Amino acid sequence: MKIEIDVNNTVHEMVIEPNTLLVTVLRENLHLTGAHVGCDTSQCGACTVHLDGRAVKSCAVLAVQVADAKVVTIEGIGEVDNLHPMQTAFREHHALQCGFCTPGMIMQAIDLVTHEDNLDRDKIRQGLEGNLCRCTGYHNIVSAIESAVDKT
Amino acid sequence: MYSFDYHKPTVLDQALDLFKGADDPIFLAGGMTLIPTMKQRLAAPTDVIDLSGLDVLKGIALSEAGLSIGALTTHNEVATHPLIKLHLPVLAQLAATIGDNQVRNRGTIGGSIANSDPAADYPAALIGLGGSVVTQSRSIAGDDFFLDLFETALHPCELITRIEFPLPNRAAYAKFRNQASGYAVVGALVADFQGKIRVGITGAGPCACRAIGIENELMKNLSVDVLDHVEVPDAGFNSDIHASAEYRAHLVKVLTKRALTQLLSQKNAS
Repeated sequence: MKIEIDVNNTVHEMVIEPNTLLVTVLRENLHLTGAHVGCDTSQCGACTVHLDGRAVKSCAVLAVQVADAKVVTIEGIGEVDNLHPMQTAFREHHALQCGFCTPGMIMQAIDLVTHEDNLDRDKIRQGLEGNLCRCTGYHNIVSAIESAVDKT
Repeated sequence: MYSFDYHKPTVLDQALDLFKGADDPIFLAGGMTLIPTMKQRLAAPTDVIDLSGLDVLKGIALSEAGLSIGALTTHNEVATHPLIKLHLPVLAQLAATIGDNQVRNRGTIGGSIANSDPAADYPAALIGLGGSVVTQSRSIAGDDFFLDLFETALHPCELITRIEFPLPNRAAYAKFRNQASGYAVVGALVADFQGKIRVGITGAGPCACRAIGIENELMKNLSVDVLDHVEVPDAGFNSDIHASAEYRAHLVKVLTKRALTQLLSQKNAS
């Protein structure tokens, strides 16, 4: 079926099968490979993007469902020479090693600091329950997010 | 995922007509259970009917009778809505424990209750609070809604439109949360309606149920000590890699105790 989807403020028209996942459209049709398929079972959060301003797992959303919505991916929140404050925080706090979980972590972190008040380290950890990291042990990720609370 | 035809109706009647006219249709709400299930090929509907365009399934209203919550309300909306936080805080707290943030931004109360996962949280609330499920054709009492594993009283083409909850004087929910999934290994919701105690349990058996034996004991003596002497038989309880039936019976007591302790510390809003 033919759909139009708004990704990072650009509308794309495409013909896709209804059983196509949003993460597949982002990665394969639009070549936005920041969202990663880590587990494909809705657990790891490496596929996290924003849908109408809220973090969602794009491996559990059909592309056809987002036809009237705005999608923002990691590519849409900052540029190499103009990083989003959360990206800067992750860099300054060494909050990544292999980087596979990082786009999903950053998209979820932005959702967290945007929508929750009084974030402390425990609440940040709770907020990251949907994002798994195999490298860092989460400590620096939590520190990065803590430092970005008032800057995002 | 197998192929299917996708529809996004704009009015309720259109959704129902599409359902009736299809071979093997299914309604799509948040998709947090349906899409992973279809990805694993455990479900292969011919037609997926996306409900997200139906505004009649959205919105939260307060009345004399209590709170009426639209079926498409997401878990994060339930967790943060001012009316729910003020008038039924136990439900907001319960919703905040579901899954994870990304799942809570999509998953809906209607979808969860229609699916009736044995480890879902809302069913304990529906029973513990004596709520009702409203469909396009009738209202079903929470006590009559959950029948068996993934089986509810809904007829094939019946769509949940709203979930209604009366407001207790005090209520609390305690949950033993699976560390990985966030699902309730066991969850207990205890509510006090002017001295009438209701206890809704999820996670223990094939579907949510009332702990009537415990309720009766608590209505004789509303004290945490009562639970030390109550027998919870484990017959019919679930046994899996997360917990044995015997352990689940033990958790029913422990969590009811915790919920009751929390309830007793609340100001009685009578």
